[in-house]
Amino acid sequence: MSRIHVTTTINGDETEYLCEPQDTLLDVLRDELDLTGSKEGCASGDCGACSVMLDGRLVCSCLVLGAEAEGRAVETIEGMASGEELHPLQQAFIDKAALQCGICTPGILVAAKDLLERNPDPTEEEVRYWLAGNLCRCTGYDKIIRAVLDTAADMRGAA
Amino acid sequence: MAKDEFQSRQFKVVGTRVPRPDGVDKVTGRARYGADITAPGMLTGLCLRSPHAHARIRSIDTSAAEAMKGVKAVVTRADFDVTPESSGNRDVLDNVMAGDKALYDGHTVAAVAATSRSVARAALKAIKVDYEVLPHVTDVDEAMKPDAPVLHEGRQQESVPEGYSQNVLARSQYGHGDVDKGFEEADIVIERHFTTAATHQGYIEPHACLATMGGDGKADLWCCTQGHYHVRDTCAELLGMDTGQLKVTSSEIGGGFGGKTTVFLEPVALMLSRKSGKPVKMTMSREEVLRASGPTASTSVSIKIGARKDGRITAGWGDFRYQNGAFEAMNGALGAMCGFAPYDLENVRTTGWEVVTNRPKAAAYRAPGAPMAAFAVESVVDELAGELGMDPIDFRLMNAADEGTKAAYGPTYPAIGLKSVLEAAKDHPHWNTPLEGENRGRGFAVGFWFNFGGNTSVSLMINGDGTVSLSEGNPDIGGSRASMSMMAAEELGIPYEHVRCVIADTASLGQNDITDGSRVTFAVGLATIKAARHAIDIMKARAARIWGIDEEAVEWVDGAAQPAGPNAGKFEPMTLKEIAALASKTGGPIAGHFEVNAEGAGVSFGAHIADTEVDPETGAVKVLRYTVFQDAGKAVHPDYVEGQMQGGAVQGIGWALNEEYIYGEDGILQNPGYLDYRIPVASDLPMIDTKILEIPNPGHPYGVRGVGETGIVPPLATLANAVSRAAGVRMTSLPMSPPKLLAAIKAAKG
Repeated sequence: MSRIHVTTTINGDETEYLCEPQDTLLDVLRDELDLTGSKEGCASGDCGACSVMLDGRLVCSCLVLGAEAEGRAVETIEGMASGEELHPLQQAFIDKAALQCGICTPGILVAAKDLLERNPDPTEEEVRYWLAGNLCRCTGYDKIIRAVLDTAADMRGAA
Repeated sequence: MAKDEFQSRQFKVVGTRVPRPDGVDKVTGRARYGADITAPGMLTGLCLRSPHAHARIRSIDTSAAEAMKGVKAVVTRADFDVTPESSGNRDVLDNVMAGDKALYDGHTVAAVAATSRSVARAALKAIKVDYEVLPHVTDVDEAMKPDAPVLHEGRQQESVPEGYSQNVLARSQYGHGDVDKGFEEADIVIERHFTTAATHQGYIEPHACLATMGGDGKADLWCCTQGHYHVRDTCAELLGMDTGQLKVTSSEIGGGFGGKTTVFLEPVALMLSRKSGKPVKMTMSREEVLRASGPTASTSVSIKIGARKDGRITAGWGDFRYQNGAFEAMNGALGAMCGFAPYDLENVRTTGWEVVTNRPKAAAYRAPGAPMAAFAVESVVDELAGELGMDPIDFRLMNAADEGTKAAYGPTYPAIGLKSVLEAAKDHPHWNTPLEGENRGRGFAVGFWFNFGGNTSVSLMINGDGTVSLSEGNPDIGGSRASMSMMAAEELGIPYEHVRCVIADTASLGQNDITDGSRVTFAVGLATIKAARHAIDIMKARAARIWGIDEEAVEWVDGAAQPAGPNAGKFEPMTLKEIAALASKTGGPIAGHFEVNAEGAGVSFGAHIADTEVDPETGAVKVLRYTVFQDAGKAVHPDYVEGQMQGGAVQGIGWALNEEYIYGEDGILQNPGYLDYRIPVASDLPMIDTKILEIPNPGHPYGVRGVGETGIVPPLATLANAVSRAAGVRMTSLPMSPPKLLAAIKAAKG
C-alpha cells in the first residue's frame, strides 16, 4: 500500500510525514511523530483524550485522518507551554490538584484553553458543557471545573 | 500487631497542599503511560477474541496467518506449556488465553504479532477457529439453577449445599446471635430484593504493554498496572520462567480502580516476543477493554431487617448472590461481610454466593463487592427509618458500630470514625437546609471498607548535597509520589522540595503488593516513615562518631542531629545536609530502608448526602447537590484525599444512574463503547462537596487510614434513597436509568 506524503504545521513547526490512508491524525501524532501527549481512550470520539486544535477548531484527533492535516495547522498539548513557562491552565491544574492519574489531562487542557480563548468569562455551566466531551474517571470533575473557572478569573484580572 | 504505632504530633508538611512532583510531566504530555513507549524493531500484537458467549474450541488453524508476509508470531493456548500451581493462576491463564472453551464474548483465543497493525489485523482474519457453540448463561439467578448451562465441571466447593448448579462455586457465611429470635423481637420487619448491573471501572487508559524477551530467557516488560510485582510473579509462572529473569517496569497509569490488578495482555505479549524474538507492543481498544477486562459483579441481593419502635435494630439478614464472570472471585463474600459492617447488631446473619456466568472475569472495582451490599442494606435501613418516623441519621446513630462493637463480619472494632462521620453529616448545612420543590428528594447512606496493608518495601537515599531520593514500588495513580515525599520530609525534618520520589522497577526493591485495598498511603507511607527513621538512626550514629559520644546520646530534631540533653556534651547541631556532606568520611553512603507486611490498616467509614430531581416525563435524574463525609485518619495531602472522595462518589453516581453491561439474548455485549456505556460527564454533575474527618488510625505513625475505596460504597444507596423519595416509588434495581425509572413511576401510579 502506498503511503501518503503530508506537509503540515504542528505546534508552529512545519512537519512532514508519511501515513497510510486509514491512519488517523492521532495515529500519526503518536506513532510517527512521537507526540504521545495526545491519548487514545476510545478511538471513537467519545472520550476527548486525543483533543487537538486543527486550524483553530477543537477536534478529536482520532476522528481526523492523518492525510487531512495537509496544509493545515495542528496544535497539541506539547505546544501549550512556552518553553519552561506553563500556560496558566497547566499551572492551575497542578496547583489545584485538578488531575489524579493524568491520562485525560492533556485533552482537557487543550479543550479548556480553547474555551477560555472563545469565552474569557464562562459560567460553571458553560465550563461543564464545554468539557462534556472530555471524560475523566478519577476526579468527579469538581477540581477540574474549579481550576478552569479560577484560571479564567486570574487571566481576566491579568489582562 | 501494629495497633500502637500512632503518636500525636504537630505536622509541618503533612496536611499541606503542595504541588505534586509529577505535575509538570502530566500537564505537558511528557508523562509516559502504557501505550507511550516504543522499542527498536517493535512488532504490534493483537488478540483474536471469541464472538460467542460460550463455545467449545474444536480446533484452531493458524497456518494461513503464519504464512502471511510480516507476521512474525502466532500464539494459542498450545504455546503455554505450563500447569499453574494455584487455582488463581490457572484461572488467569484460562482467562488470558482460552483453553478448551471460550467462556464469554471477547475471550482471547489466539494472538498475532506483525510488523504493522494492518498486517496484524489481516492475520487475525486468517486464523480459522472451529467453534461448537454451547448454551450460555449471563444472569446470576439463572446461573444458580440446577439446569443452567455449566461453565466449569467439578470446581464447586463443599460449602455449597446440594440443589445448586455447578456454576455456584462457593458459599460463605458470617454473623452472630440468633436472627430468628431477633426478628421475633422486632415491631417492624422489612424484606426487599435488590439487583445491580455489572459496571466497568472505566479507566480512560486502555490496557497496554511492551514486552521484550531475548533468546537468553531474560525479559523486560513495561505495562500500565496497579502492581508490577504481581504482574512479574504471574507472568513468570505462566511463561515458565524464573521470577528473577523478568523485570517489570510500571508506566504511568491512566486509572485503574481495581481493574489493573491482574494481567490480560502481558503474558500474551511476552509469549509473542519469545516466539518472534522481537519486542511486542500490545494495546487494547476500548471495545476490548469493555468486552474482556475488568467488570464488577452484577448482583441479586435479599435483605431483611427488623427493628423495635424505639429505633433499635433487632436483627439483620442478607443473602448476597454475585456473579463474578467466568471465573471464581470472592465478591459475594466481601458483600456479605461489608453490608452490615456499619451497625452494632446483636443478631446478624449473612451469606455470600460466588457464581460464574458467561461474562468476562470480574476484577476488583474500588471496594469490590461492598457498594452493591450497601445499596441493599442502606435502602432497607432508609425505609425502616421512614416507617418508624425517625430521621435517617438519628436512626443510624442509634445503631452505629463504635469502638468495641463486634462487627457483623467477625472482628471487634478498635477506634473507628463512624459516629463522627454521622455527626458531621447531621451538623452540616447540606443536611440542615430543607430541599424544596416538586419531584425532588434527598438521600443519605453510609458505607464501610476494610482497607489493607500488605507487603511493602521502601528505600530512601541521603544524597551528598542533602537531598533525598525515595524509591517506592507502587504506581502513582493519584498523587502518591507527593504523599510519600511529604511523609519523608516530615520525618526527616527537611523541605518537601528536597525529596524526589520514584517508582522503582521489580528488580530494584523488595516485594510490593498491588496498589489495592487503599493500602498505599497507609502501608507505603508507614514504610517511608520507618525508612526515614532508619536513615535518621544512621545519621545520628555518624554525628555521634564525629562528636566522639555515644549514639544513644544523640537525638534528631528539626532535620538535625543534636546532643540529647546537657550530659551528652556541648556540640552545635549538625543538619542532615552537613552529615550527608561528610558521609564518605564517616562510613560511606547513608540510606534507610524498611520492609514490612503491614497490618493495622484501620477500617474506614463514609457517609453521603445527595439531593436529586426526577423528571416525571422522561425518568431522567438530575443530581442537584452532593456532599461526602469520610474518615481519613490523617489526610496527608488533603487535595488528593478530597479527590478520592469526589471521584468515588461520581463513579457511584454513574453506577446508580446510568452504567450497565447490557447483554443480548445471544450473550453478546451490546454496548462495548463509551457512547453506549455512558460514564458521567462534567455536565451531568454538580460540585461534589467534601468533609474530611480525621480520627487517627492507631496502626499508623501519623494516624493515616486508606481513603481510596470507601467513597464508592455509599453513593448507590444514597442515590436510590434520594430518587425513591423524589419519584415516590422505592427503587430496588440499578441502574435507575430513565426508561427503568419512568416504568417504575408509571407502575406506581397504576
